[in-house]
Amino acid sequence: MTMDEFLKNMSGKFGVNILNVKKVSNKRAYIDIYPKDIKGFVRYIFKDLSFRFDTASGVDDFNALEILYHFSHDPSGITISLRAILHDKQDPHIDTITDITRSAWWIERELHELFGIEFNGNSDMRPLLLPDDWPKGVYPLRKDFQPPKRDSRKE
Amino acid sequence: MSHNAHVPIGPYHPLQEEPEFYKLVVDGEKVVDVDVRIGYNHRGIEKLSESKSYDQSIFLVERICGICSSSHPIACCQALEDIGGVEVPERALYIRSICQELERLHSHMLWLGLAGHFIGYNTVFMWAWKYREPICDIMETVTGNRQNYAMHKVGGVRRDIEREHVSYILKRLDEFIKNISILKGAVLDDPVLHERLKGIGILTKEDAIDYAAIGPVARASGVDIDVRRDHPYGVYDRIKWNVVTQEEGDVFAKTVVRILELFESVGIIRQCLDKMPEGPIDSNPKDIPPGEGIGQIEAPRGECFHYIKSDGTNSPVRHKVRAPTYMNFPTFRETVIGETISDATIILAAIDPCYCCTERMLIVDGSDKNIMGAEELIRLSQEKTRLIKDKYGER
Repeated sequence: MTMDEFLKNMSGKFGVNILNVKKVSNKRAYIDIYPKDIKGFVRYIFKDLSFRFDTASGVDDFNALEILYHFSHDPSGITISLRAILHDKQDPHIDTITDITRSAWWIERELHELFGIEFNGNSDMRPLLLPDDWPKGVYPLRKDFQPPKRDSRKE
Repeated sequence: MSHNAHVPIGPYHPLQEEPEFYKLVVDGEKVVDVDVRIGYNHRGIEKLSESKSYDQSIFLVERICGICSSSHPIACCQALEDIGGVEVPERALYIRSICQELERLHSHMLWLGLAGHFIGYNTVFMWAWKYREPICDIMETVTGNRQNYAMHKVGGVRRDIEREHVSYILKRLDEFIKNISILKGAVLDDPVLHERLKGIGILTKEDAIDYAAIGPVARASGVDIDVRRDHPYGVYDRIKWNVVTQEEGDVFAKTVVRILELFESVGIIRQCLDKMPEGPIDSNPKDIPPGEGIGQIEAPRGECFHYIKSDGTNSPVRHKVRAPTYMNFPTFRETVIGETISDATIILAAIDPCYCCTERMLIVDGSDKNIMGAEELIRLSQEKTRLIKDKYGER
């Protein structure tokens, strides 16, 4: 499967649900989608096309939060990223993909605590990296995060 | 009524070099559930990277791990080169690949030693770590350091391999291959190890694919993937080598994969040294344009993944790092449950969770008479054994 075949296949399958495709090279492409369609895309790419889930990157773009789901297809050497843009920064949420692949188990927990993204249908939202007493509603990888001032008197 | 007991291990425990907390739920000897809590070592490197310049970021990611201190910088450089479309000179690609394979050698040897230690087979531990030394020496010859090499930069590498060093590297590799051939026989033909490691901690192929396991963990379960072959970078597409796979998925298969990979890596280094062309080692790119890029490389433990988003300034807007253990670790739920508590240690260790190991003995002033070499230490150890025997008699 070449990148062109893959992209043609995708546009045939999902049509207008693909917002934008940025093909960077024969090995890389970024595909923008609606957050509500994430399950359908992931199921098709992971289950039907046998891509490997690399990871998901959260990005704070100031106006909106983005999640990039990176997938690699090892037999053909292509890597694609699905970009879901969450415009509501106050209440960002998207469907979980952990029922499709358990490989997203940890990264959804991480995105939840570092970006404050809710994953509908994922009940395991315990903290993964941050301490248990981390304050609620403070998300360190958001751009408006201010690190707490160190109080030298307490040390 | 439940008879299950909870066995907490960690977060600080002699078993683990790094803090992690395991909660094993056991019914008698059998593990029925397990959970892990990480984050005790979270240093906020992704956030920190947003406040560094690109050149500094590479030094920063080098410090994520003392073992993968060549893998992370190369993945980071590749992500930046992906954004800028930077060409890397041929000779630099060869040097990068040599560093990568040296890193794989010393990492696999380190794991082999630790695995031996975890199952109480300290002879393997002593041998593996002793035989790892020539690799660290070669690394020092090539990069100037045994760990944290500061070797890689966007567009190339910082130091060249001198012509007179090639024969030294080849000599040390010959020594290494002779030693690990003996070690391979001792480990893979040992009936005790067969009994101990075969059939435990099995990760099935279906689970390996579903968990997106990578590296030796996936290859030991029959998933034939390797970034070096599938997403070629460096010079791996110009060199003859094989991807080692096993079908069983148990701890023994993971051991076999890592040991056989040692031989492949030595082969790759020898071919690289032979084929390496003369020429520049750095293309000196100026700016990183706006855009986004991905770097994927095969670290000793599996695929190391970096995603960088640039807005045209000198610092990344976002720098996502995904180390291989992040994907391999969650498989413990499939491998540990149902096994006995005594096997849990080696099963957890078999995925090779990433340890930071940067300590070394540093001799600054050679005039000190109290510095002991290997022979003196062995003599000291034998003398102590003799004293104990004299005191308590032969038993």
